[in-house]
Amino acid sequence: MLLSVENLHADVANTEILRGINLEVKPGEIHAIMGPNGSGKSTLSKVIAGHPDYEVTKGSVSLNINGKLKNIEDLEASDRAREGIFLGFQYPIEIPGVTNIMFMHEAFNALCEHQGADTMNEKDFREFIKTKLPILEMREDFLDRAVNEGFSGGEKKKNEILQMLLLNPRLALLDETDSGLDIDALKIVAKGVNTLKSKHNAVVLVTHYQRLLDYIQPDFVHVLYKGQIIKTGDKSLALELEEKGYEWLTEGLN
Amino acid sequence: MSDEIEKHLNENYKWGFESNVEMEEFPKGLNEDIIKLISAKKNEPEWMLEYRLKAFAQWKKMAHPQWAYFDIPEIDFNDLYYYAKPKNSKEGPQSLDELDPELLATFEKLGIPLQEQKRISGVAMDVVFDSVSLGTTWKDDLEKSGVIFCSISEAIEKHPELVKKYMGKVVPVADNFYAALNSAVFSDGSFVYIPKGVTCPMDLSTYFRINAKETGQFERTLIIADEGSYVNYLEGCTAPQRDENQLHAAIVEIIAMDNAEVKYSTVQNWYAGDKNGLGGIYNFVTKRGLCQGKHSKISWTQVEAGSAITWKYPSCILQGDYSQGAFYSVALTNNKMLADTGTKMIHIGKNTKSTIISKGISAEHSENVYRGEVKIMPSAENARNFSQCDSMLIGDKSSANTFPYIDVKNPTATVEHEASTSKISADQIFYLQSRGIEPEKAISLIVNGFCKDVFKTLPLEFSVEAVKLIEMKLENSVG
Repeated sequence: MLLSVENLHADVANTEILRGINLEVKPGEIHAIMGPNGSGKSTLSKVIAGHPDYEVTKGSVSLNINGKLKNIEDLEASDRAREGIFLGFQYPIEIPGVTNIMFMHEAFNALCEHQGADTMNEKDFREFIKTKLPILEMREDFLDRAVNEGFSGGEKKKNEILQMLLLNPRLALLDETDSGLDIDALKIVAKGVNTLKSKHNAVVLVTHYQRLLDYIQPDFVHVLYKGQIIKTGDKSLALELEEKGYEWLTEGLN
Repeated sequence: MSDEIEKHLNENYKWGFESNVEMEEFPKGLNEDIIKLISAKKNEPEWMLEYRLKAFAQWKKMAHPQWAYFDIPEIDFNDLYYYAKPKNSKEGPQSLDELDPELLATFEKLGIPLQEQKRISGVAMDVVFDSVSLGTTWKDDLEKSGVIFCSISEAIEKHPELVKKYMGKVVPVADNFYAALNSAVFSDGSFVYIPKGVTCPMDLSTYFRINAKETGQFERTLIIADEGSYVNYLEGCTAPQRDENQLHAAIVEIIAMDNAEVKYSTVQNWYAGDKNGLGGIYNFVTKRGLCQGKHSKISWTQVEAGSAITWKYPSCILQGDYSQGAFYSVALTNNKMLADTGTKMIHIGKNTKSTIISKGISAEHSENVYRGEVKIMPSAENARNFSQCDSMLIGDKSSANTFPYIDVKNPTATVEHEASTSKISADQIFYLQSRGIEPEKAISLIVNGFCKDVFKTLPLEFSVEAVKLIEMKLENSVG
């Protein structure tokens, strides 16, 4: 087991958003989390990543650390990232004046240090990251621009995927990475995810639409509604949702 | 999240140690006798003493300025020592190798080895300890190219014609309260003369160290860049950590002749007081450059990271046609620090140009003020100014204020002013954290990004130091 979420309840500003989530993710799996607006999809990924605005009121999130499942409630977001959790943002944040390469270099070395690996100097790092750029059809000048500043929506999302490939997480949580992307960008993002995918890591895709799943094959599809997972299925569930919407599942639920 | 961003500043000011050096002091108090004593101690010529006494008479007529943004505590000028020097150090030039080992150890600890074999290459240093210059490195090498770099006391003795001609030319005695005070009691500082057509073969630097208790440091720096010359000048300073406030009131004057260029960079790291605002240096400094010649250039870069109160406006008088002035500033205030700083750009010559880039960062209960004046005189045809003043707030208890004064008396002028205020957002920190970067590092990364336009104007070693310093000053400002 890589990630185990048990009966997770979480609040933001004293409003309960997650109301008893159970989720188990094993290495090598891809999970898609779908659901209508306001169902708690983004919250779930933020809580797992350790966003300080969210308070876990009940239940737990456990991550496999050195072969053992460990409750990570006391770990700060940066520690969780060092243990291999990556959150791809729905709205990536701008950091004026800090170049992409500076930022990624800092992040990369922070992870290296944590894992007891050698850190990389800036020159070597640039060479290293340059090998990742073609996967996402990104140009090198991308590295010297301020983080997400003046990036188009598509560029921001590609930048998230670039960071993911670079940091090579054990658990990648992608929060609506597909939103706002045209079909070409969507394919590139999917290619990035498929490049990362291995039997050692897992991906959790939070998505609104089925179309991303045309390019990334999920092993499980979960439907989140009002802070709970109300149905779990395979790829066919996503197609069914596309066809029928959510009403047939949520009827009678409150 | 605001709790995450806030929290107190690192109180480990690693430069806050005190050196155990036997000192020789004049009695406390400010009067003509003290001034005569200072002058006599330095074997000054009569004209210098007259200059001092005139300044003192002027000062007595002046009232303490009241226009700073915050209240400045009353200072008892009679309760200060105006002269303190290490007993075992000679007045006047000496070999640095012969210095009191305690003094050598002090500077070693500050990262400035003075012994010949250990000296930093490529930078000549003048070190000022309380009221006296202890000596200057690489002096002989500089002399070969005609560059004079020595203490101001030595310059008064050996180059009186230059000092007499230029001292007080840019900052007259009556310029302001602290300028008058400094003109009366200044005890040492650096003197630089770069002859015609000479590019100074190495960077010049002065390091100011306050050590003695209850002593004011009044240094005086005079830099003269003759036609077509170039010099890069760096200044650093630190002081022991004490509960009492100490006064530092300096004057720096720069004169640039035709086609000369002077770059003056400061990393100001005086003790800033503790978390509750106890102790720290009052840093009241008058710095001004005169671009006297055509096509001359003066730039001020300052990284203000220390002092309980900072009150200074490194300025340029752009007299020569086509002359250029620049002011690049990062002012960081934390805890109870107060800073009212900025610049004045006075355009007199035709086609003169000035650039102002100011970055203020305030954390905790500090107050950070940018105050600047751009003045285009009627004679300044086609003058241009660009100003950018950005403020960044960390947490929600500090304040940032910008007071730009623009006075244009010539219709051909182009004056641009941009300003912004931002706050480090919780989202930015979380974003960096979610990539494995610790919150403190995240803040420092964001702050360094914010200051980048200023840091890049610093010489490389200085810029590395500045980045480290800002990082250190913000340590523990997140939870």
